[in-house]
Amino acid sequence: MSADALAPLAGPQPDSAGHFGRFGGRFVPEALVAALDELDGAWRTAMADESFRAEFGALLRDYAGTPSLLYEARRFSAKVGARVLLKREDLNHTGAHKVRNVLGQALLTKRMGKTRVIAETGAGQHGVATATAAALFDLECVVYMGQVDTERQALNVARMRMLGATVVPVINGSRTLKDAMNEAMRDWVANVDETHYLIGTAAGPHPFPAMVRDFVRGIGDEARQQCLDLTGVLPDAVTACVGGGSNALGIFHAFVGDEAVRLYGFEAGGDGVATGRHAASITGGSAGVLHGTRTYVLQDADGQTLESHSISAGLDYPGVGPEHAWLHDSGRATYLPVTDDEAMAAFELLCRTEGIIPAIESAHALAGTVALAPKLAAELGREPTIVVNLSGRGDKDVHTAGDYFGILDKER
Amino acid sequence: MSRIGVAFDKARADGRALLVGCMPAGFPTVEGSIAAMTAMVEAGVDVIEVEIPYSDPVMDGPVIQKASDIALAGGVRTADTMRVVEAVAATGAPVVVMTYWNPVERYGVDVFARDLASAGGAGLITPDLIPDEAAEWLAASDAHGLDRTFLVSPSSTDARLAMTVRHCRGFVYATAVMGVTGARTNTSDAAPALVSRVRAVADLPVGVGLGVSTGAQAGTVAGYADGVIVGSALVRCVLDAPSEAEGLAALRTLSAELAEGVRNPFR
Repeated sequence: MSADALAPLAGPQPDSAGHFGRFGGRFVPEALVAALDELDGAWRTAMADESFRAEFGALLRDYAGTPSLLYEARRFSAKVGARVLLKREDLNHTGAHKVRNVLGQALLTKRMGKTRVIAETGAGQHGVATATAAALFDLECVVYMGQVDTERQALNVARMRMLGATVVPVINGSRTLKDAMNEAMRDWVANVDETHYLIGTAAGPHPFPAMVRDFVRGIGDEARQQCLDLTGVLPDAVTACVGGGSNALGIFHAFVGDEAVRLYGFEAGGDGVATGRHAASITGGSAGVLHGTRTYVLQDADGQTLESHSISAGLDYPGVGPEHAWLHDSGRATYLPVTDDEAMAAFELLCRTEGIIPAIESAHALAGTVALAPKLAAELGREPTIVVNLSGRGDKDVHTAGDYFGILDKER
Repeated sequence: MSRIGVAFDKARADGRALLVGCMPAGFPTVEGSIAAMTAMVEAGVDVIEVEIPYSDPVMDGPVIQKASDIALAGGVRTADTMRVVEAVAATGAPVVVMTYWNPVERYGVDVFARDLASAGGAGLITPDLIPDEAAEWLAASDAHGLDRTFLVSPSSTDARLAMTVRHCRGFVYATAVMGVTGARTNTSDAAPALVSRVRAVADLPVGVGLGVSTGAQAGTVAGYADGVIVGSALVRCVLDAPSEAEGLAALRTLSAELAEGVRNPFR
């Protein structure tokens, strides 16, 4: 199925200007509009071009290692009280769903005749994925990363450099992901002729939210068919973690038209939404404009962006993709917060029951699933089947998790 | 005609360009920013552009970012900007506000327009709001008689440039170089061409921004544009000064040099 991962699909789409209901659109300097129009055109042309789709499909299969497995996690299921099917995006090359997006955008970069890609990264996963694609496609690559993150994710900085990328520590503002994104935008405005800004999630100005969603929607297309093959029916629920939200949209999209399938997005609740120390933009934020799009944002009474907090660097972002804001408003998907502690409990449970170390991001989806299972079972009067997007592997989180569980030997 | 329009007409009649000086509200303090802007007016800046400090200023370079951070760390609120506008407008100089869009949306677009108008503000420059997304602002600015300045860029297509200029009132802001704000040793070659493209579609004054830091550069830009917009170089006077008094002195010196420059257009 990945051979035609971009085949036209009758799922929900934004209007021609990228509006998902009252969300989305373009809130950008005029200097970027020409580049966004060029990208929009290149993307639409590519989508209609069978040779592009074949090339993308071949890369996904031969290089990224998709379709990823849908694995029935029996021991985890027994603990949870639901039949849990894990979509193993953690097994993809570079260890997460993000490789799908960067391969798609890198191919587009080539088609547009551009020679340089830039990216923002928080934990470093999108930076590593971008550096990987840049190496494969022989593109110059510059990754912006907040200085706080370059220090706490030193290994990923080294990985990017090994792959030939230049990593620029960002020393502005809170020195984290949102500031890295600001700096990447500034670079793009100044170098837009030869540069593509390879945004790492389904956020930012149109066409990024819809385009990124389309590059990763193979996750859901595959999972839907795999679930039918395995169980004979569609799942009762599909769950995913939501930071910017690309992995969630990737798995949701194929199921949006299946009304009986419940969609759950689990946001990073940090210390708890009530404490103010969280990254739950939908459940704890309000509508606003950030990084080129209208969506739910963590902001103060004057519209200044608030700092987000999460144990998961990949979810530690004060906004969310506009399509999620829309799915929330329409009620088609349900968004709930998961605290750091809940996520880490589920992290440990998956390690111990299945021998799989998940990314802490994905552990939020697991934790939400643990809480959801008994409610869904009560509602349905039977054991529910839940497809969980295991969006990434936890190698990068070993230090954080080791600290959290207090299992690191003290330095001599 | 708007107050900005009158000021541009008068400058045009005098054979010179208008000097627009930018400073963030609340930098280094609310009172300090009023003192700085007042000093700029006294030293010859014609129009004051008050920037609302914002947490994520993607169009601004390091100097204005730093000044904005200082203002925000000092606790400046959007309501303080209105107070700054009122105080500076009392000097008689036209005042425009430059702001990223989210603070306006959060304040309430119509309420913001009403309060800005009643504070004596002439209009708004919106660096990350394009006319395509501006329906609410178009209505509010009409209702409260405010000017609208959208940006045009060297990369704007002819169709977009015409559309953008059609939605402007007061003056058009031409971003002369592709990039963020900040002083540059050479201003852009693309600027005169961009100004000509705007003139070909409308009879609105054109201000050129991004990069000017000396009287000579101001004179060069004044040779082809109606307004010379200076931000980072002025902000730096305050940022780099060891004391507030020395900052105001440096600000007066640079303002006077720039005012001299726009009076000697290099054609």
